Amino acid sequence: MADVAVRLVQLTKRFGGDAVGRRAAKYVPGANADEGFLAVDHIDLEVRDGEFFSLLGPSGCGKTTTLRMVGGFEQPTDGRIELQGEDVTWLPAYQRNVNTVFQNYALFPHLTIYENVAFGLRRKKVADADVRKRVTEMLELVELPGYERRKPAQISGGQAQRVALARALVNRPAVLLLDEPLGALDLKLRKQMQVELKRIQQEVGITFVYVTHDQEEAMTMSDRIAVMHKGRYEQLGDPEALYERPKTRFVAGFLGVSNLLSVDSDGTSGDFAAFKLGDGTACRVPSALVAGRKGKIALGVRPEKIRLTEPGKDIPDSFNRLTGTIAHASYLGVSTQYIVALPDGHRVTVFEQNVARATKAELWATGEAVVLSWQPDHSFIVEEAGDNVDAPGIDALEAVGVQ
Amino acid sequence: MGGWLYRRRRFIPYLLLVPGLVWLIVFFAYPLTQVFLASFWSGSVQQGYSFSISNWTNYPDAITPVLPHIGRSLLYSFAATVLTLLIAYPLAYTIAMRGGRFKNLLLFLVVAPFFTSFLLRTLSWKIILGDDGVVFGPLKGLGLLPEDFRVLATPMAVVAGLTYNFLPFMTLPIYVALEKIDFRLVEAARDLYAGPWRRSGAIVGALVGGVLAALLAMAFDWSIPITAVLAASFGAFVGSVFVSEAFVRITFPLSLPGVFAGSLLTFIPAMGDYVNAEFLGNPDTRMLGNVIQNRFLTQNNFPEASALSFTLMAGILVVVVIYTKLLGTEQLTNSRI
Repeated sequence: MADVAVRLVQLTKRFGGDAVGRRAAKYVPGANADEGFLAVDHIDLEVRDGEFFSLLGPSGCGKTTTLRMVGGFEQPTDGRIELQGEDVTWLPAYQRNVNTVFQNYALFPHLTIYENVAFGLRRKKVADADVRKRVTEMLELVELPGYERRKPAQISGGQAQRVALARALVNRPAVLLLDEPLGALDLKLRKQMQVELKRIQQEVGITFVYVTHDQEEAMTMSDRIAVMHKGRYEQLGDPEALYERPKTRFVAGFLGVSNLLSVDSDGTSGDFAAFKLGDGTACRVPSALVAGRKGKIALGVRPEKIRLTEPGKDIPDSFNRLTGTIAHASYLGVSTQYIVALPDGHRVTVFEQNVARATKAELWATGEAVVLSWQPDHSFIVEEAGDNVDAPGIDALEAVGVQ
Repeated sequence: MGGWLYRRRRFIPYLLLVPGLVWLIVFFAYPLTQVFLASFWSGSVQQGYSFSISNWTNYPDAITPVLPHIGRSLLYSFAATVLTLLIAYPLAYTIAMRGGRFKNLLLFLVVAPFFTSFLLRTLSWKIILGDDGVVFGPLKGLGLLPEDFRVLATPMAVVAGLTYNFLPFMTLPIYVALEKIDFRLVEAARDLYAGPWRRSGAIVGALVGGVLAALLAMAFDWSIPITAVLAASFGAFVGSVFVSEAFVRITFPLSLPGVFAGSLLTFIPAMGDYVNAEFLGNPDTRMLGNVIQNRFLTQNNFPEASALSFTLMAGILVVVVIYTKLLGTEQLTNSRI
């Protein structure tokens, strides 16, 4: 059992129209407090011991509520929470061997940094000498030695973030819960703290459960990510699996940019499944990806996997290929983003590294005819669920004026 | 003109201060100086007054006979402040933390008494507490209280009147302080193993209850041991059952600025109050305010009345300074809530 740090069994949270529900719903963006609101919908989840696990999803997807239930701040409507094999569903927060790093840090403004960090140890009646040793060690770990006597109002946001981390970690919890801890920091500091957090996690070897809406943040640090949507997680896996093989339209759109083409099945040949696009163009994907998929599916490919070539140039036979015309080009420095219009009206996003064509004059021009090609292995298949169209994809890019 | 003002922009703040300054000079600084000068007068209304520094003896002459009144003022004001705090804190806490959508209505109810005159409200207490009034009359009729039982015209009635009258002044600042506290701080404390306060709560509750009750018993001339023991048991019960460690370590310290402001807003006016002692007390419960009022308006003894007024002001100033030092408000008000 020890290899599972947190196990959620059919965990459910419904915020009712009662006073408790209204209070709790304040923490859930998009929740309508007066009606019932299913924030977390029968989640089964296992977080392994020692891993950096992220709950990733947009506002109101239930990630924070899930975390708050594990922390003991919210009581589940149904289901069970186990910590290292022990049922803690109904234990109050102060009896759980987990600690939380809050979104706004929630440092105690009237206590010094030292007393903030020592707070948990003091409540556990740890001897003074031990407290001093552990707090000092912890402040060294988060690189804030010498700040003991300051008050939270006298340190910067990044430093407050470190103190909040130290205050939680000093108790050596079985699991550390982090609720969008980097949300309030500016971009540069956030990047720096991402690396820092990962370093600290590896150094202390404590299981981290990290809640974020920032896909890049989750990808940078996590061992595994659960992508949450509407109270459930749509897919769970390591960052690479989620990016390369998203299983639903939502996951494909939430992590990075995706091109999704609706296709009809055209049988199987050898290791590959064949598909037809609306205009009859044939595409192939490894048949393993299609196995077990029911209903209507869409074929996806990431923009950076697509190569653009002039019509008539040699392309390996095994590659999937489409033809189109450049509808729009934006130069981004590292790469150039093209929107390519297919004959059937689909629009495909392509990122091309600015290597072969580095200067403005060499870039593809609007209206130029191109051939798009990619390895079948770089495709992925998502199920065409009806209500998942709100994922940011090409439509969203167009909406912000790329067109 | 506009150009001139524009060039002299830095004078505008001072310009805006003028109405307030004029008000303060006419209605505060001038009368205060007048009272100060009057405290060094000798003479009488009929013969006229003359000022002389050698009349400093007005001070000891005025103070010596009213030392008991000064003592009572301190005791009653202190008792009223403590009682107000004990009533106002749970009230403010409930409104701030559990008020929900009734918050504004409840706050309105706290301030509602202000819509009636201070005098009228105090006088109505005279009716409520009357020996055969609405409360005690029926109880005596039923034989539940002895015939000679009375609250009106006792120290308790005076303190009760002060407590009642200053309750909103205590409730509002505490409410404001509590309302500002981020609930996530309490969650963070719970997350860091702050649970119920059982044993320490019982001890601290018993101590606080016992000591405060003993002081009140002194003021009211009750049996000190019985009062203290009863209050200590009650304090132990409240401390162990209702008080959590998160409250003691986080919520209460962060609400101290409100407690501080509320106590001053209660204690200072209570020290100078004469209405409650006049209407609800008896000749033996007269406070310093009554004496000053009497010297000014009945005896027309302006020099002694002025000397007493100044002594009261100086005394309150000393109390406030000590209190500020003890509570360390500088640190508290600097903290980010």
